[in-house]
Amino acid sequence: MPKKQQLKGISYAKYGYLFSIPFIVAFLIFSLYPTIYTLILGFTDCKGLGNTDWHILENPLDNFKNVIHNKSFVTSLKNTITIWLMNFFPQITIALLLTAWFTSRSNEIKGKGFFKVVFYMPNIITAATVAVLFKAIFSYPIGPVNDILVSTGLRDSAYNFVVSKSAARLIVAFIQFWTWYGNTMIVLISGVLGISPDIYEAAEIDGANGVQTFFKITIPNLKTVLLYTLVTSLVGGLNMYDIPKVFLDGGPDNATLTTSVYIQKQAFSGSYLYNKASAASMIMWVIIVLCSAVLFYVMRDKDEVKMNKEIKMAKKKAKLQAARGGKEWL
Amino acid sequence: MAVRKKNASNRAFIISAYVFCGLLTVLSLLPFVIMIVNATRSTYQIQQHAISLIPSHFLRSNLEVLSDKGSFNAFRGFKNSLIISVGATACTIYFSTMTAFALVAYDWKLRKPFFTMIMAVLMIPAQVTSIGFYQFMYKIHMTNNFLPLILPAIAAPTCVFFMRQYMIPSLPMEILQSARIDGAGEFRIFNQIALPMMKPAMATQAIFSFVSSWNQLFLPSILLTKNEKFTMPMMVALLNGDIYKTEYGSVYLGLFLTVLPLLVVYFLLSKYIIAGVALGGVKG
Repeated sequence: MPKKQQLKGISYAKYGYLFSIPFIVAFLIFSLYPTIYTLILGFTDCKGLGNTDWHILENPLDNFKNVIHNKSFVTSLKNTITIWLMNFFPQITIALLLTAWFTSRSNEIKGKGFFKVVFYMPNIITAATVAVLFKAIFSYPIGPVNDILVSTGLRDSAYNFVVSKSAARLIVAFIQFWTWYGNTMIVLISGVLGISPDIYEAAEIDGANGVQTFFKITIPNLKTVLLYTLVTSLVGGLNMYDIPKVFLDGGPDNATLTTSVYIQKQAFSGSYLYNKASAASMIMWVIIVLCSAVLFYVMRDKDEVKMNKEIKMAKKKAKLQAARGGKEWL
Repeated sequence: MAVRKKNASNRAFIISAYVFCGLLTVLSLLPFVIMIVNATRSTYQIQQHAISLIPSHFLRSNLEVLSDKGSFNAFRGFKNSLIISVGATACTIYFSTMTAFALVAYDWKLRKPFFTMIMAVLMIPAQVTSIGFYQFMYKIHMTNNFLPLILPAIAAPTCVFFMRQYMIPSLPMEILQSARIDGAGEFRIFNQIALPMMKPAMATQAIFSFVSSWNQLFLPSILLTKNEKFTMPMMVALLNGDIYKTEYGSVYLGLFLTVLPLLVVYFLLSKYIIAGVALGGVKG
């Protein structure tokens, strides 16, 4: 059989490289090059609408220093973290509560499928649409929320939500919570369903009640999933743009100015300070990469263990086959 | 006695769980109900009572106001978004499967480092490199063009990661080998054997890729400056402008028009979407 012999001799490794080329080329052009370009622009004097001409500054770190000491940037960083915290804690609490209910073994809740579909729905809707919708809902003096507040007698007169700094921040955090808790819940439920049922059975036999099972078994076994949720949410939160931008354009008085909105405003409005926006971008980039590194570290552990196992298994198989003198090729 | 006590506490548990879930259901649905009902009401009616569950008959006049005034054009936004999203989704799905195939089907020296790199760039969002991206596109005269929004989708690390996870157990190497014996080239093996086997995973990823591309605001809004190129989310942002400040009914209608395609897609595919979220834990 000449064909089979020929096959044996061919190395298919080159196809591995060949099939990765599109990904690598697209990555280099659209991801790596812009990243490096952004970094370089951070050291230059590049500004003005449509200007692509630039020179490295005498003190290349000037933009970075400027940004770190810039009041608006510091405010925006604080806002981003505050809004993220205000959305994350209620989100994870409610998602965990729902997860506990929906995966409860003793009390089956009916209509789980329906609730999942409804709770996840806001996540699929365009963030810009959600922002405009909530602006209309919270509008002053006549808006649905004010209508409810006044007609139920909770307030004597309408409240102007969008001029109050704390109210504006709270609404942005609420929108974030509203769009993401369903997603978090589904991820957590799938995490719980991945836990071996044997552990739960053992706990049941030992007489543990629902609350004990949840805190002593579910939460510890859910650690990786929880951490994953935490970091992805943090990275998403650090990039928060659509909702604060469309809702109130960072206002009132910079109360909902997030770092992404700050960067966009610096670079694409006013005096088009591409250089300062680039410096701010790179600072955010470092923060996000640090956060991702944590996630990567956590995820890698598990995968590597798996991979090592696979390699070991493959080696064992190969040894066995060699011992048998089998001619099958791998 | 003990049994009865347990039953009572169980009932209390069930009731409180349902009440809470019911409240969350109202919270999730009410904004959309308000939007849909108010889209049919006149500005005057909304000013009287901004919240109502009874639709009115001003849908047509709201639509007229919406299409007469300003630059909001739902149809054009829909068309532009559709071109970008379909293009980007096709790129993501096809090339991610190809990259996953390279990672699974072949044993090459840099396979492991390459996969590590994909994992490393998984979380880095395009947003932080937008200034460099914009300057680059401006220089090569690609602003106000859809290609810079479509082509980067070829390199989608999350999708590659998902496809790889799916492909490892579901693509038997024996089939590839028998295809080789039959004389099929590697490219043909990928297109005619690997791709059809990946259909379920491709469908799931297609939904997510499409939705995230459709909803994207940041990059389109810095790259596209001509109104005729505006995407749906950019059209929505226009509704926030001063022109519509007093036209409550038409603002709600505009929002409704932009949400409608997403809602239809969601209710048709919700089963797969929920399963996909549970599988991948993909977060935007």
